[in-house]
Amino acid sequence: MPTRPNTRTKIEYVLKTVEERKVAFIQLWFADVLGTPKSLQITPAELENALTEGMTFDGSAIDGFSRVQESDVIAVPDPTTFSLLPTDLSMARIFCDITNLDGTPFAGCPRNTLRHALDKAHELGYSFFAAPELEYFYFSEAKPGIPPTPLDTGSYFELTVSDLATQLRKRTVLALEDMGIPVEYSQHEDSPGQHEIDLRYTDALTMADNVMTTRLLIKEIASASGVMATFMPKPMAGVQGSGMHTHFSLFRGNQNAFYDEKGEWGLSEVARRFIAGVLKHAPEITAVTNQWVNSYKRLVPGYEAPVYVSWAQNNRSALVRVPNPRHTKPQSTRIEYRAIDPATNPYLAFAVVLGAGLDGIEKGYELPAEVSENLFALTPEEVARRGICSLPGSLEDAVREMEKSELMREVLGAHVFEWFVRNKHDEWNGYKTQVSQFELDRYLGHL
Amino acid sequence: MEPLILYPGEPPFHVVKALQDGGYPFVAVSSATQVSKEETEEGWSGAIVCADSNLEDAFLVCRQLRSKERNVSPLLLVVDRQSLGKLELREDLFDDFVTLPLDARELKVRLQRLFFRSGRGLAKEVIEYGPLTINLETYQASIGSRSLDLTYMEYQLLTFLASHPGRVFNRETLLSRVWGYEYYGGARTVDVHIRRLRAKLGDQHESLIETVRSVGYRFGRNQRH
Repeated sequence: MPTRPNTRTKIEYVLKTVEERKVAFIQLWFADVLGTPKSLQITPAELENALTEGMTFDGSAIDGFSRVQESDVIAVPDPTTFSLLPTDLSMARIFCDITNLDGTPFAGCPRNTLRHALDKAHELGYSFFAAPELEYFYFSEAKPGIPPTPLDTGSYFELTVSDLATQLRKRTVLALEDMGIPVEYSQHEDSPGQHEIDLRYTDALTMADNVMTTRLLIKEIASASGVMATFMPKPMAGVQGSGMHTHFSLFRGNQNAFYDEKGEWGLSEVARRFIAGVLKHAPEITAVTNQWVNSYKRLVPGYEAPVYVSWAQNNRSALVRVPNPRHTKPQSTRIEYRAIDPATNPYLAFAVVLGAGLDGIEKGYELPAEVSENLFALTPEEVARRGICSLPGSLEDAVREMEKSELMREVLGAHVFEWFVRNKHDEWNGYKTQVSQFELDRYLGHL
Repeated sequence: MEPLILYPGEPPFHVVKALQDGGYPFVAVSSATQVSKEETEEGWSGAIVCADSNLEDAFLVCRQLRSKERNVSPLLLVVDRQSLGKLELREDLFDDFVTLPLDARELKVRLQRLFFRSGRGLAKEVIEYGPLTINLETYQASIGSRSLDLTYMEYQLLTFLASHPGRVFNRETLLSRVWGYEYYGGARTVDVHIRRLRAKLGDQHESLIETVRSVGYRFGRNQRH
């Protein structure tokens, strides 16, 4: 387990910085199994003890942390993640790993799940990099029961006059840069009020932390101006939903393991097998990459979201897109997985994509043929005839696929796997018994 | 800081642990000849000689480290309590000693004191290079009057580079010296951190860290003739 004990230097670094920069509060951050941010706030006086001993708390109130006998767990801060919060410089945050009372990694901690997956990659000689593109909406009204009102009326790449939404996005990008989270691009997206922030690639563990931070900053900066930012995958019918297309690559030392000058399309055998693994297991991992009832309202034809399990070099209907490395730099060879939405738990999402890809490498899966035609223009029968399967159409289907998956059980570990399946069945059952506006509009008078 | 020499090649576990926890870099050697082989340009910050298994061999190593050519100091001896009597008239061979079983805090205090007196190692508190100042005591870096908000690893990387201006390091060296051997990002992570550091240094000063094509990175001016 590479969670090395906090050495004195790391602890000193945090303590001195808190003292020098006059930090008044330190937030100890971690994520529950659904990726909801959690925080224990402490004062500088408690910090040294927290860094050396960790903070014990009752995990039974945290989603996915509860166990039958023992509910106390310890949050152990990872001092390398210490950072001042640019939205309030009297505050700092540190990400925590959750351990059991005996110091062993706690099985319900998503950060541990991702570490475990990365350890496996490490054993095979790989390090795993991720670069997500977060889409989200700004809404001016945030009252329950009232349809949300987009903050602007712009669209894709639109160069709008300096409106509030653009201001908020700019402020967010600057705050992220201040925290050492570099932004590759930011732009107005296709739908009214929809924006996108693309993060520059880094190792998957740091990136999962960065996604947590980015989501919080986007929401916090919006909220300070009375605006609601949301990562709900499909907040409005009839316009595009929010995805989190993520670019993934494997490196061996300093070399991109996906690139091979002599390979077809510049792709190495490692890349081909990784993609094959991801495609083969795509239906099983979807419950994690798209974990809400609402996620499946996005995964429908017609809105540039993937529906079918296919890959292509340049095809917006494909699940996996592979930018041709000959057109870019060899070192930036990568695959883009397009199903994930921004309301996922990034630790678990990165872990399952990696698990699926490594399985492809280890078992030597053959990459199916590229599908370059627009699958949305075909009938479902025509798609089926090409041997192309679909992603699960609902949370229920997705959980059923997950339940059958040995890979998912292995990657997530029994604790997270079982809790997650149970929780998602509950969510589906809660949803199933609702009577929707759609039904009222359509049936009430007519039937 | 520069690494400490630790003798013998397989030193007592508690000494190793105390040094690791204290953040003291070290190189374990099994002979004085090995000391010369392992030495880097930056030299040594001192030596810790463990005399628990063989006192005479340990004294020999001390003598060799004290020789005019090597002249390693300060030198801390680690001994068993029952050997204390044998230290008589050997004062020239070491600067201070600690006894086993080891108290990690005592080791740290004695090292600090030795470093302070000899004006080496941790006694160096500030690195200055042009507009860049790094205060090693408070872990704060600044450009001119502007404080840099660095993460721990960014701070370590900048400190390491700025301690060796003009030298080119490849990614593997930086990874092993700054991160240690186990890190999820591998050598590629060095590039990620360099890019962030440059961004934080700002447009005007990002050239402090230069990319040396197909080799690695260099901090500060090229000092080749």
